Formats: sequence, C-alpha cells, structure tokens
Amino acid sequence: MSDSTTLSAPRVVAKRKRRAGQRRALLYAALLALGLVAPFLAYPVFLMKILCFALFACAFNLLLGYAGLLSFGHAAFLATGGYVTGYLLASYPGLTPELGILAGTLCATLLGALFGVLSIRRQGIYFAMVTLALAQLMFFFFIQAPFTGGEDGLHGVPRGELFGIISLRNHLSMYYVVFAIFVLGFALIQRTVHSPFGQVLKAIRENEPRAISLGYNVDAYKLVAFVLSAALAGLAGSTKTIVFQLASLTDAHWHMSGEVILMTLLGGVGTLLGPIAGAGLVVSLQHLLAQSPMGNWVSVILGAIFVVCVLSFRSGIVGELTALYRKNFK
Amino acid sequence: MTMIFGVPMAVFMGQLTLGLVNGAFYALLSLGLAVIFGLLKIVNFAHGAQYMLGAFAALLAFNYLGINYWLALVLVPLTVGGLSMLIERFLLRRIAHLDHLYGLLLTFGLALIFEGTLINFFGVSGARYATPEILQGGLNLGFMFLPTYRAWVLVAALAMCLFTWFMIERTRLGAYLRAGTENSQLMQAFGVNVPLLITLTYGFGVGLAAFAGVLAAPLYPVSPTMGSSLLIVVFAVVVIGGMGSILGAILTGLGMGVIEGLTKVYYPEAANTVIFLVMILVLMLRPAGLFGKEA
Repeated sequence: MSDSTTLSAPRVVAKRKRRAGQRRALLYAALLALGLVAPFLAYPVFLMKILCFALFACAFNLLLGYAGLLSFGHAAFLATGGYVTGYLLASYPGLTPELGILAGTLCATLLGALFGVLSIRRQGIYFAMVTLALAQLMFFFFIQAPFTGGEDGLHGVPRGELFGIISLRNHLSMYYVVFAIFVLGFALIQRTVHSPFGQVLKAIRENEPRAISLGYNVDAYKLVAFVLSAALAGLAGSTKTIVFQLASLTDAHWHMSGEVILMTLLGGVGTLLGPIAGAGLVVSLQHLLAQSPMGNWVSVILGAIFVVCVLSFRSGIVGELTALYRKNFK
Repeated sequence: MTMIFGVPMAVFMGQLTLGLVNGAFYALLSLGLAVIFGLLKIVNFAHGAQYMLGAFAALLAFNYLGINYWLALVLVPLTVGGLSMLIERFLLRRIAHLDHLYGLLLTFGLALIFEGTLINFFGVSGARYATPEILQGGLNLGFMFLPTYRAWVLVAALAMCLFTWFMIERTRLGAYLRAGTENSQLMQAFGVNVPLLITLTYGFGVGLAAFAGVLAAPLYPVSPTMGSSLLIVVFAVVVIGGMGSILGAILTGLGMGVIEGLTKVYYPEAANTVIFLVMILVLMLRPAGLFGKEA
C-alpha cells in the first residue's frame, strides 16, 4: 500500500470500493459466460435441474441469510408453483409456458403472503416450527386435492411454445429459457440485498429490538422478504415442472425443505453465490449416488453433511473461500 | 343404539379413546421437547427419530435377545436416553454458544441419519410387535368396547407425565433444572455442575421419547418413518401450547388428540390437518400460544 501515503483516506476507500465492484462485475461476467456455454459442455437437463434448485436455494437464502429467518417450509412454495403451472399447462393446451409460470409464481406468492402473516407472529425456533407445520398442511392438501393427481402426481406436462413461437421441446432452447429465468431471479435478489431495503433486513437480522427502536416497522420488512422469497421459490418450482414435465409430492415433502437448507448451509449462508454452489454440489452428489451402489444411503449422507457443516463448516464453501481470499490477497 | 350428534355412541367413544391415546403420545413427546428446550434452548429435531428408535429397540430386543415388553419399557428409555447423552456431550455442546438454530439443524441432520440407516436395513413397510398377553383383549363397558392395551397406554403415559411433573416441580434436581432454565450462568456461579445437568436433561427428554416409542410399538406398525410425520404434528402442538409450562404441554397434547379423534368421526377428510388448522387459529388469536409467555 505504498500509494496510500499520497492519497487522502476517503479517496483510498472509494478506490478500494471501486476495485471491489470491478472485480465483482468481472466475476459475474465470467459466470454469465460460463452459463451460456455450459450446455455444450454438460448434459442440459442436468444443468437445468441445478439452475432450478439454485434459484430455489437463492430464494431461501434471501430469507435466512439476509433477514435471519429460518423457514422450514419452503417446499410448500416450490410445490405450489409446480402444481399450479403443471395443472394449467396440462389442462389448457392453448396456454403458453410463460403464462403458466406466471400463474404458478403468483399462487406461490399469495401463499407466501398467507404463511408470512401467520409465521412472523412468532420468532426464532417457533418461526421454524410454524413454517414446517404450515408446509405439512399444504402437503396433506396436495394429497387430497383433485387437481394434483394425489400420490401419482402430474405427468406429461407439455413444454409448449414460449410466447407461442419458440418450441421448448428442444433441450437447448429450454436451457436458455431456464438460464434467463435464473439470471433474472438472481439479479432481483442481488438488487434487493444491496438496496436500502436489504440493509434494513440485515439490521433486523443483527439486532431486532434495535431496528424496532430506530423506528422501522420490522414486521412489514420481514413480511415483504418472506413474500419475495416465496415468490422466487414458486418461480423455481414452476420452471422445474416445465423442464421435467412433472410435478410430484416429493417437492412438497419436508425432506425438500431440509434439502434447500442444506444447499444454502453448504454453499454459505448470507453469501450471494453460496446457494448456487451448494445447489450444484447437492444435486451432483444426488446424481452420482443414484447411479452408484450407495444409492440407498443418500439421506444418511446428506444428514452427515448437515452435521459436519453445522459443527465445523458454518460459513460454507463460498464463505470459506471469501475468507481465504481476504487473508491472502489483501 | 344410543346416538351422539348422529353418530353411534360406540363409534363416538371408540374414536374418543383413540384420540386420547394419540393425545397421550403428543403429550409425552411435547413434554420431552419442552424439557430439552427449557435448558438447552434448542428444538430437538431428532425427537421423532428417537421415538422411532425406542420402538425399534423394543422390537429388536424382543426378536434377538428375547427381552419382553415390561423389561423393554424400562431398559429401552435408559439405553436410548443414555446413548443420546453422548450426542449432547460430543456434538450439541460444541455448538451451544452459537445461535440456537444451529442446534435445530444439527439434530435435523441426526434425524436424517437415523431414519435413513434404519430404512436401509428394515425398509419402510413396518413390522408388528406383539401386544403382551396380559394386555390383550378388552373390556366391555356396556356403552363401548375398550381395548385393554389402549387403556394401559393412556394410564402409563399419564403416569409418566405426572412423574415428570413431580420430578421437575417437587424435587431438588427439578429445582436446579428450573433455576437453570431461568439463568444457567448464575447457577454455575453457585457451584452447580450445569454441563452435567444439561447432559442429564437431554438424556431424560430423549428417554421420554423412547418410552413413548416402546408404548407405541404394539399399537402402530414399527417403521423407520413412524417418527418424522408424528414429530411435525407435535411441533404444531408445541406452537399451540407454548413450551413454557409442563402441565400446559400435557393438557395441549391430550386436547389436540381429542380434537383430532372427534374430527375423524364428523369430518374424516380433515383429520390429518385439523391440528394445523387449530395452530393457525391460535396464531391469529393468541400468537404467544395458549400457555406461552413469550411472543
């Protein structure tokens, strides 16, 4: 830092900030480029699965990582998005996929508002239990409701033509649609986190009574964060249904709520890129294990990763990497 | 035949008993959760798995070691509770200083491990555990037929609840536990071995779950997944009652069991969900829970 003697302190800070911003822009550009060429390097359906779960995990992380709310019921939003989109596209052949996704996301958003109003009445551990119980209520609803196909789920949902023109039956065009949806969702989260709204969320996470005493309507902030998170989780579910052309009870089960927590924890809670890394890793692991003789041990292995993460890897992959980078390159 | 609100009396009373029996399990499990939460401040997500381990331990002990029901009722809670003290000592204690949500996540991971391992060895279909001979058959009370085993479960579970209440509210050890719940640092300063107390408390709470598991073994199919779905209902019961009061936990558990049983009589479609709906109602009208202190 030889040049710091010739510059005044605020200018140094401004310069550092600008450099950090440039580096971040470079990183995002590189990831964007990677996302664009990825379908030529790996199987597109596998990549789409990762992207859908990455969006799901990013949505979950918005709530846990930035508002400090541990929801144990996010499967409900994923499943609602999936079922509504699946049902509409399967029963109304004229409907285009983007309208189906929109409807699914809208329903998940409404459900999120309902769950949010109820669950933010309790804090901490009770919040987690309330969301889990509400999601279980939805699980039973999906079993009994006439439009979900019960235990069998919905199969053969048509992918259709985007805007009525672009056929999505081709995996490659489907991939770019999924990628675009993911990038939009991620950009929305990135924008939210770095906005004044995001700063208030972080203040609530760090010290709720203080945020209240500063005059913030804490409940309103929490509710907006919850609804936003639910909407994006629903968007992920809707998109996933179109990609795989099915919606099933697996998405509504509490295991799914646990999996998204694991993805976020493993990748790094409260980091923007962490959930993507975590989702990629968990989905790849499940994919590898499913083909190996260890296939029956998936849930045991996920449980063990949970335990190890909580005991000694709490900042997650991205968190640890960031710490390593700061230690050695600053 | 006597009718109650358009339902035959025998059917009504049968479902009421079933509801009470289920409620007794809710009470035992939410009591264990409340005891653990009081001192450790964590929600033990492995509670359902530990209940399941209790049932499995009874089944395996009978099949391979010839240990009968009565002996299992004593030995299994001691074993499962004792082993879980190792979990507290070597895992939970290491994260005790962190946000308590980490305790929830750690025990969730443990639940996945227990459940997944047993599924691999025994499948999900479930095995039968024979009802002990003395408790087979039933009593004809004139207005209804009461299966002896159900009556026994109700009596045993309530006795265990009362024993727990007595231990916590009327003994010296219980006084330590209550004081530790209020302020464990001050307790430690007075020379009480708080870490040991915490380990024992966790073991006791899990022991209650394992006891419930042994009681449940002759009643329901013993399967690796029997605990997890039950636990989510118990969570809802805990949200309804709050974890502040022991008698509150017992009363809420029994009450929810009865409501569930009666729903089965009058509107069977909602039997699975009625407790969650009650939870929503309570959250709207009394957000702190029926017996809760904190919001």
